[in-house]
Amino acid sequence: MNALRKYFDKIKPNFEEGGKLHAFRSLYDGFDTFAFVPNTTAGRCGTHVHDAIDSKRIMSLVVIALVPALLFGMYNVGYQNALAAGQLENATFWGMFFFGFLAVLPKLIVSYVVGLGIEFTVAQWKNEEIQEGFLVSGIIIPMIVPVNTPLWILAIAVAFSVIFAKEIFGGTGMNIFNVALITRAFLFFSYPSSMTGDDTVWVAQNSICGLGFDVPDTFSAATPLGEIAAGATALSTSFCDQVIGLIPGSIGETSVIAIALGACLLLWTGVASWKTMLSVFVGGACTGWFYNALGLSPLDACQHIVLGGFCFGAVFMATDPVTSARTEGGKWIYGFLIGFIAVTVRVLNPGYPEGMMLAILLMNLFAPLIDYCFVSRNISRRAKRATSK
Amino acid sequence: MSQLFSKANREALVNPLNLNNPIAVQVLGICSALAVTAQLEPAIVMGLSVTIITAFSNLIISLIRKSIPNRIRIIVQLVVVAALVTIVSQVLKAFAYDVSVQLSVYVGLIITNCILMGRLEAFAMMNKPWPSFLDGIGNGIGYAIILVIVGFVRELLGSGTLFGLQVIPDWCYEHGYMNNGMMTMPAMSLIIVGCVIWAHRAYNKELN
Repeated sequence: MNALRKYFDKIKPNFEEGGKLHAFRSLYDGFDTFAFVPNTTAGRCGTHVHDAIDSKRIMSLVVIALVPALLFGMYNVGYQNALAAGQLENATFWGMFFFGFLAVLPKLIVSYVVGLGIEFTVAQWKNEEIQEGFLVSGIIIPMIVPVNTPLWILAIAVAFSVIFAKEIFGGTGMNIFNVALITRAFLFFSYPSSMTGDDTVWVAQNSICGLGFDVPDTFSAATPLGEIAAGATALSTSFCDQVIGLIPGSIGETSVIAIALGACLLLWTGVASWKTMLSVFVGGACTGWFYNALGLSPLDACQHIVLGGFCFGAVFMATDPVTSARTEGGKWIYGFLIGFIAVTVRVLNPGYPEGMMLAILLMNLFAPLIDYCFVSRNISRRAKRATSK
Repeated sequence: MSQLFSKANREALVNPLNLNNPIAVQVLGICSALAVTAQLEPAIVMGLSVTIITAFSNLIISLIRKSIPNRIRIIVQLVVVAALVTIVSQVLKAFAYDVSVQLSVYVGLIITNCILMGRLEAFAMMNKPWPSFLDGIGNGIGYAIILVIVGFVRELLGSGTLFGLQVIPDWCYEHGYMNNGMMTMPAMSLIIVGCVIWAHRAYNKELN
């Protein structure tokens, strides 16, 4: 650690005014403040709130919380590939994992290079301090797309969402919509065939560097929700597999257990609000039970929560502190409506097998309104209390 | 002749093309700009229709501006615009049926285009016929320019064609290129119009 600090101090003069690498000042700042808590803090006088943890440390925590789901997603990519090729008995654990690793790694790199590139460029251009809001988005984005998403459209989508969902609103912390979800929405509406399409997008089909297997061309695998949307009444995967996550789906969303590990870390450290998270699950379960009781959906409440991106969205996206409701009461309504809308879209709209993305984006839009109502209600209640005495 | 194109008249014609553009600066007529620009051809036809209607309604209203009672002027303006819109709509149906089907209700809805009423109220009611006519042409073309830019981007990226002819070569598609489906939706044209306004303002600093 000391060696790293010394190295940073040694190269620092190059990036200062007049140094030969001044054009990359933002890049240096970004990595320096990411690796070490900066010495400069707000003044001791005045009304500053001091905390030992700053936004970059919070983001690092979220990234750590995402790692179990990412690692399991890599394994599942290899597992689905072996399953589709009919070679499950010949595949080893590490073989499947490294195949998945090689399939996912380019997406991670593209997502980070494009997103951070734009952020650093904007920061340098406007002469601002670098804000690495993209640290979390960059790891979430590869986890919420199908494994066969072409890299070039991923790059376009990341660039689009960083510019139009974040930089236009003023950068990190000012965005109305969750940046990762805007990326997915852009992909979903722009290139529908490579996002849900003909059910061949969910399973990697060619071997990479000798790992994995070539899958026959005629193969196709639908996600469980895709099967239901296509009119099936029973799922082809067992409930046990669905909980563990050995089902086709976007890379990081399948495993409930891995996501639960991340959720524990987020809740234990207090980074994510337990109210939002719980109310999303309550909303989804109530709505799922309701539609199941009416006979509109063959899935019961439990399956609605386990399948698709519900858990991932509830844990990592609905709780995004920037775009979610901030009032304590508002969090309950915000979360409940996300769960309600997600399941409603799934059940009532045959065009969209999964509704979590649309539900969270819609409620992102309403979060300021919910906050406004709660704040003004509080103000009028206090005003009444003051006048009644 | 020098009278006809005096400085004031030239400004009435040229200003709406750039510094007083109806869409980019006044932000009027956005609705139809989003609706008809999925392809280039209807965008151009729409731009031309609006240009003709704005020019002639400006001219007619300016001719009779002194005899219009002030209290019913909006109704009189509407009657003139509606008559012109009906004529254009019938001409389109007769000579360019396919395009008029693509444009569907949006030709009829030119009557509600804010640019028209805006120019009638703001310019034709208090200026002579010739400057009003030029002002109408200028505003119509200013509107058409933006439509053409948006239509060009949307058709090129959304369908890979221009005027219905394929311009993106087949080998791109064979190597994995895909048309951007969102470009064919109105939501994306709002973003493109936003980008046009952004570029326009970045270029013309005095607008900020």
